[in-house]
Amino acid sequence: MQYIDEFRDREKIISLVNRIRFESRKPMRIMEVCGGHTMAIHRFGIPSLLPGHIQLISGPGCPVCVTDRRFIDHAIAFSRQPDVIITTYGDLIKVPGSSSSLEREKAARADIRIVYSILDALTIAKKNRRKKIVFLGIGFETTAPGTAAGIIKAQMAGLFNFYVLSAHKVMPPAMSAIIQQGVPINGYLGPGHVSTITGSAMYEFIPDKYNMGVVISGFEPLDILQSIYMLVRQHEANQPKVEIQYSRVVRPEGNSQALELMNEVFELRDDWWRGLGVLPQSGLAIQQKYADFDAEKQFNIEIEPTREDKACICGDVLKGIASPADCRLFGKACTPTDPVGACMVSNEGACAAFFRYRKTAAE
Amino acid sequence: MTKEQKIMLGHGSGGKLSHELISSLFLRHFQHPALTAMTDSAVLNLPEAQLAFTTDSYVVDPLFFPGGNIGRIAVAGTVNDLAVSGAKPMFISAAFIIEEGFPIATLEQIVTEMANEARHAGVSIVTGDTKVVGTGKCDKVFINTAGLGSFHVEFPPFPGQESVKPGDVILISGTIGDHGMAVLSARNELPVQSGLESDCACLNELILEVRKASSRIKFMRDATRGGLGTILAELCEKSKFGIEIQYETIPVRETVRGMCELLGFDPLYVANEGKVVIVAESSDAQRILLALQNHPLGKDAAIIGKVVEQHPGFCWLKTEYGSSRIVDMLAGEQLPRIC
Repeated sequence: MQYIDEFRDREKIISLVNRIRFESRKPMRIMEVCGGHTMAIHRFGIPSLLPGHIQLISGPGCPVCVTDRRFIDHAIAFSRQPDVIITTYGDLIKVPGSSSSLEREKAARADIRIVYSILDALTIAKKNRRKKIVFLGIGFETTAPGTAAGIIKAQMAGLFNFYVLSAHKVMPPAMSAIIQQGVPINGYLGPGHVSTITGSAMYEFIPDKYNMGVVISGFEPLDILQSIYMLVRQHEANQPKVEIQYSRVVRPEGNSQALELMNEVFELRDDWWRGLGVLPQSGLAIQQKYADFDAEKQFNIEIEPTREDKACICGDVLKGIASPADCRLFGKACTPTDPVGACMVSNEGACAAFFRYRKTAAE
Repeated sequence: MTKEQKIMLGHGSGGKLSHELISSLFLRHFQHPALTAMTDSAVLNLPEAQLAFTTDSYVVDPLFFPGGNIGRIAVAGTVNDLAVSGAKPMFISAAFIIEEGFPIATLEQIVTEMANEARHAGVSIVTGDTKVVGTGKCDKVFINTAGLGSFHVEFPPFPGQESVKPGDVILISGTIGDHGMAVLSARNELPVQSGLESDCACLNELILEVRKASSRIKFMRDATRGGLGTILAELCEKSKFGIEIQYETIPVRETVRGMCELLGFDPLYVANEGKVVIVAESSDAQRILLALQNHPLGKDAAIIGKVVEQHPGFCWLKTEYGSSRIVDMLAGEQLPRIC
């Protein structure tokens, strides 16, 4: 397959692995903050190629995992309204809320539809003018511009039966919080898709303020290994900086059109992150001028009190200070078929990836 | 019957309409003396005493997809369940649950496909049933088929999972993921035109060729829902052996790979409807491979791995660049990723 097989080339992979092994001396903990990276790292078995002193740890990069249980409860409450159709990305439907999940509500005949893009949700809104269509807006800078474009399209088309429940978040505050909260890492594998939108400048504070490198990486084995190699070289030379490995897609200035859309529709607000708590100016709320499409403002529904499972350590897993295997629920009370915590639900979640690909890593 | 005719509740009432539907549609296509006698049970003659018996229900959305329809799967799926047990498929039952308002012409297309597929596989549809439910009570049409097969003295049942030992080889009869991706691209929700066809097919003839080539086959399974990955994980689960497969040897069509990349799916977990996984003694690996490749349904067959002593209970996938990871069972459905 063109544009993919080149990045899985055997000789090049082996030569990169050898270079990493040859040049890396100091122990290193590298955090990835993109769920796509978590999946790729496990799927391609990257940890099995690295020397023992380089550790890869998963950070808060999976949008489903960092989302508040209250958001799910909110969506469930909407889905129980007789005239509402919930439209959502597939990952969300299994996430447990306080007492139910969208999957269970679907089985109980709520109208919940999986869509691949917000445009599909708009089509549903067009075809069902008498119903209220709620789109669950989730994700970082990658998906937020799409949601913004959807809201603007809905306004232009006069689709006033279309609403967005926004749990969109931005990445830099979380990367900053991880370091401030004392999680021991030596560098970030920068998120490839987020950076496609935002560009690389927004990470400059990380080397400046925290003396730590960021390498924005692609998603193929060669991309990830080359990024690790770049971080190793920075670390060995003690010269942390922001670099773009994924240069075939990411430009330093980002995608200005997408950023304009985001700024047009959203505004920053303080937001709650699983594992990290409330981070200032880290969430995206819909601006007042688009309030007609804001599900939070247009629906007045009672939502059940939020309950979290106390034994679940998703928070620590997301911060990279605990491994999924440290959790006493892992693999027993909490499995991909019957998840307790959000990290086990999403394909991109650290626990799900760990369960699927490395549950016998100790052997 | 005219094109506009639709299934009504009366077609399932057991009265005149039912009778008409059965004789003008089902009996016309499924012609077998045991069926046309219209008795309460089919009375059958079986050559040998040892039998294989299986049943499966089929619900497919959409009913028609590139490379087949629900009727074809309903026959092939049950034929394959018998064939991978080592039996010669003989007789099949067909029970329909039909939604009120379903066009009779569409039902006829499905029934025709079933009759063709059965004829092709050399099995007879000998008994059946029709029920009609109100609008919204089922999704268009559901089909249940049960199958009866018999074992020839020369070809007894396969020894099964317990006989599998380190050193045995693992083969797959062709490319994986074709059916799942063909169905997915046929659904309206995904704007992809793939040109991909389902691999839906009866495998009994192919399996017979393989059996003629080797008597050292230990285990067979058709890799349907859950895909190849789930079968392998199941095979070694709770076993004293492990499995090792080599990524590059697994046949996957470029289109399927591309669609999987796009959606974040793993082809190992995408459904097939015409692929068999074979475990056999390594001494016969090449003979089996040749027998598979000489048949049109097995032309892309490959040896993909082996049974090992290491990591008992787990299947590991190795890549040519030296990395490895576990292949586990699929939990729930594969869902497209957010970003």
